[in-house]
Amino acid sequence: MTARPELEQQVLDRIESFRRRKPTLREERITMAHGAGGKATHTLIEAVFLETFRNPLLEPLEDQAVFSVNGARLACTTDSFVVSPLFFPGGDIGDLAVNGTVNDLAVAGARPLYLTAGFILEEGFPTADLQRIASSMARDAAAVGVQIVTGDTKVVERGKADGCFINTSGIGVVERDIHLGAAAVRPGDAILVSGPIGDHGITIMLARGELDLVSDLTSDTAPLHALVSRVLDATTAVHAMRDATRGGVATILNEVAASADVSMVVDENAVPVRAEVRGACEILGIDPLYAACEGRLVAFVAGEAAEVALAAMKNDPLGREAAIVGTVRAESPGLVLLKTQFGGTRIVDMLVGDPLPRIC
Amino acid sequence: MRFVDEFRDRKIAGDVAAEIARLADPGRHYRFMEVCGGHTHTIYKHGIEDYLPPNITLVHGPGCPVCVIPMGRVDDAMYIARQPGVMLTCFGDMMRVPGGDGSFLDASAAGADIRMVYSPLDALRLAQRNPGRHVVFMAIGFETTAPSTALTLLKAAADGVSNFSVFCNHVTIVPAIKAILDSPDLRLDGFLGPGHVSTVIGCRPYQFIASAFQKPVVVAGFEPLDVLESIRLLLKQLAEGRCEVENQYTRVVPWDGNPKALDVIRQTMELRPYFEWRGLGFISQSALKLREPFAAYDAEHIFRIPGVRVADPKACQCGEVLKGVLKPWECKVFGTACTPETPIGTCMVSSEGACAAYYNFGRFTRERLQEAVR
Repeated sequence: MTARPELEQQVLDRIESFRRRKPTLREERITMAHGAGGKATHTLIEAVFLETFRNPLLEPLEDQAVFSVNGARLACTTDSFVVSPLFFPGGDIGDLAVNGTVNDLAVAGARPLYLTAGFILEEGFPTADLQRIASSMARDAAAVGVQIVTGDTKVVERGKADGCFINTSGIGVVERDIHLGAAAVRPGDAILVSGPIGDHGITIMLARGELDLVSDLTSDTAPLHALVSRVLDATTAVHAMRDATRGGVATILNEVAASADVSMVVDENAVPVRAEVRGACEILGIDPLYAACEGRLVAFVAGEAAEVALAAMKNDPLGREAAIVGTVRAESPGLVLLKTQFGGTRIVDMLVGDPLPRIC
Repeated sequence: MRFVDEFRDRKIAGDVAAEIARLADPGRHYRFMEVCGGHTHTIYKHGIEDYLPPNITLVHGPGCPVCVIPMGRVDDAMYIARQPGVMLTCFGDMMRVPGGDGSFLDASAAGADIRMVYSPLDALRLAQRNPGRHVVFMAIGFETTAPSTALTLLKAAADGVSNFSVFCNHVTIVPAIKAILDSPDLRLDGFLGPGHVSTVIGCRPYQFIASAFQKPVVVAGFEPLDVLESIRLLLKQLAEGRCEVENQYTRVVPWDGNPKALDVIRQTMELRPYFEWRGLGFISQSALKLREPFAAYDAEHIFRIPGVRVADPKACQCGEVLKGVLKPWECKVFGTACTPETPIGTCMVSSEGACAAYYNFGRFTRERLQEAVR
């Protein structure tokens, strides 16, 4: 008779190979889970969009595409914002739109140049609120040194949207001779995060006022281009960077582990999380690793350059609390493992379902 | 963070684990059932099994509120949600539970108004804010959640709210434990008692487990050190030849429970003659329904629910998993046809479900894990 652990491992190996099959979309209708940034979102993107639009630039499913035009390497990205509430402690939908788009360019090592902004407005939306959102966008764009150079406005009947939705696109130029991307991540790389995680996601949950929880927490929405520049100036050993938005740090680790065919081991004790975020997560039963950020970088850097990269992050005002949280491994590719605070080990999987409301 | 970190201390965990290793007889195999899904979640989330010698097996029990809801009740709730003017509210865990024809998430996508709430009082508040709608709260859970449903009913009556009702699916823990003890195909050496249920019912209701069935019980808290310490207490009882109900979770659980909470349950609810449990079948006097004076708030009175019994999918072995007869990975469809994103059985839905906890956190044998993190 086969020993039980061996039998169990056989079952688990079968499951892992099953998980690597091409995803198929089974649902007849879109559910909220398709927008939550977890497994369902990935299935939707791969089964519908990647299959239909397939091309070499889209295939890596990075936050942006990088291509050459007349010798210049350009980065191009797009993003949509449907956060509720529109105004929250630490920012508003306009801040998310500019910073989020800038960050998607920055993590490719690009210098952000120009943004576009498309507004979908609901009949009855206060113009003062729109002015406030536009002012936030103008201020953030000026701070980064980008311009919002074209746009679009649509108005839909009352009830057909929720106040204000924003779509953006962004163009940047990659001036360094670097090719960042999940596929470049190697066993032995260190995993860095640029600051405490989950501030934005928990701030939004509390701002919705449905939980009878109060805190001083504010969103972490911020542009990361300067921090990224410092890191890239300090070392050429950066392999990939992502900004942790919807789905949090856990989702990024899973995406990169799958793309690069590597595993990751993260030390829970090393992951910076504010006490307020931890407290709210404990009460709500959420893992901070899945809570959204809007101004936090996750970087994969060759192990020997990890300390240099960390020092560079810490020199930036947005990276003071940066930390090395784990390492990339070759064994059991595709898996993200967490050494828990308690001293045990467990898997950190892609998020399933929709535990969080509209956060970006 | 206070009240959390002290219960997750690695050093103390190492000390307790050493004591466990000393107490466990190497010539014997121990099988302890954690009754409550909250414990299952804790065990996998913190990796507690890493501290246990190989001759201690933790068997996952039936105490997961979402897992024990039969498909027929999900379909009944969906029927209610489709009635004109109805807003159905439920805890987040219920949204993905498959009924005979999809989940609440699917029904919501198809146009039904189904909303997630964190408390039945939130559902009542929704009713007060939406006088044009009839708000139904799908109440699930053991004695842990029944008092909050009871209080909400009392408040609804006191405030004279007329557009609110409860679809009551509350169950009681003791008949489920009895059903497991009566099950012929299960050999257990002791129980980790359900901590949060016990805050309400106290520790006395478990006496029969120790006296009639000769199995030790330790009512356990939900932090990882609570669970580890409770395993140590079970082993200590066995080593000393004792068989008692002990309370490890004294900081929360009074021996006699919470009389006020029991009183509000008694005021508003009474035992049903029988109730269907997913995978376990019909168990007599195992669930609660609203008392007659609250009929105006009873969704089962207000709506003519079909009450159809839907057989569990053939492939699904949730019953065996809930009874602890099968480990999640031993189920035929585990991880292939049945996954957290496309669950067939309820155990794969709730974060407290044994299959979901194992799939999400523990999809790995200990040997392979040690190899990977070395």
